[in-house]
Amino acid sequence: MADFQQDLECALGMRVERLVRLSGGASQETWSFDGVGESETLPLILRRAPAGVPRTTGIPLSTEAAAIEAARAEGVKAPRVRLVLGDADGVGPGYVMDRLPGETIARKILRDDAFASVRPKLAYQCGEILARIHKVDPAPLAHLLPVVDGPAQLRAYRDTYDTFDYPHPVFELAFQWLEPRMQAGARHTLVHGDFRHGNLLISPDGLEAALDWELAHIGDPLEDIGWVCTNSWRFGAAEKVVGGFGDLPDLLKGYEDAGGGRIDREQVRTWIVYGSLKWGIMCQKMYHGFLADRSVERAAIGRRSSETEIDLVNLIIGGKL
Amino acid sequence: MMDQPSMRELVEAVRDFIERNAMPELKGHTAFHARVAANALSIVARELELGPKSAAEERTRLVALLGHDGTLEELNRELCKRIRSGAFDLGTPGLADHLATTTREKVLIDQPGYSGLRRG
Repeated sequence: MADFQQDLECALGMRVERLVRLSGGASQETWSFDGVGESETLPLILRRAPAGVPRTTGIPLSTEAAAIEAARAEGVKAPRVRLVLGDADGVGPGYVMDRLPGETIARKILRDDAFASVRPKLAYQCGEILARIHKVDPAPLAHLLPVVDGPAQLRAYRDTYDTFDYPHPVFELAFQWLEPRMQAGARHTLVHGDFRHGNLLISPDGLEAALDWELAHIGDPLEDIGWVCTNSWRFGAAEKVVGGFGDLPDLLKGYEDAGGGRIDREQVRTWIVYGSLKWGIMCQKMYHGFLADRSVERAAIGRRSSETEIDLVNLIIGGKL
Repeated sequence: MMDQPSMRELVEAVRDFIERNAMPELKGHTAFHARVAANALSIVARELELGPKSAAEERTRLVALLGHDGTLEELNRELCKRIRSGAFDLGTPGLADHLATTTREKVLIDQPGYSGLRRG
């Protein structure tokens, strides 16, 4: 039994059964459980930060819950937040949300027969959900969420890249190409921040929810569109630009139909280039993590930088999306 | 001259041991990490085979682009500086071809099955 189970039962007013840790690092955990009340049993998820462990990345869990609820109010499919845990609850900062049915593993979604009939619909549905996320009024969230637009992100990744002090001519070319194209003062909206396989809950009926809002911020909405189209998230199905399952015109149609406005394909290219550059620099960051912890997994991810370099070459020199 | 087996044969022998003998005995996260370790050794084996020729040709191209000699790392640092300062851009003769060829050869070592290689 987890040491926080009784506190969780008190806070929730339900019995906690089948509590299982799903994933998480040192500063954040995800647990699955059933909340058993007098008249109903709810499938639930707990996201928590263990007491005393400072969060190193992302926004506070209570802010994550606030972003999800603001998005749900705009019609975004995301798990309903049942309880935001306060300091007095003794579980650690965190929140409890509904556990929805569906699959997040890209290989199953892209290859299993169960998903064959839904795959052609997913790009359009991604467009719809993104349009709704980007229509959320950012004003009530402005004091909670960081504001990071395109130029600010590019500067931050340039700074990270500079700390590596190792030459990557293709990354330099990507910075040179992006700097005049990423404009400040573009639209500022709620941005999911990590909209890609792994965080998209998909069932044979369609896109069920956007999960994992820990990188939510206020910024340029094109970031979310470019990220789900970045080749590293297509899992080998490069010709299907959106997540390896769909075509960009379908996503843009869903986006426009849901009131997100018309998006130009070349603007998306800019943000796919940014997505590839970002993932390439993250891979090198993994290498620097490996220097500290000697993890073979991090070492191997360091050698995935070159996949983003060939994607950047294909995008910038080859004119491919 | 070292005795046989070659470096490449040794690395491949360790990789095959991990894949054929060790992995079936492992489970969960350790099994996953064993697969990652075997893949890392495959990168080493490919780099032993392809790396020297790729690096020599990369250096020859860099010398031609930059107009002076140096180690591979020195030349790459110089190339980065020139792109960053704006002295080099996609209009610079030979730059696009050099970057495309160099990157392609890196991916052939790191991840020859990567989808981006088929799109060039």
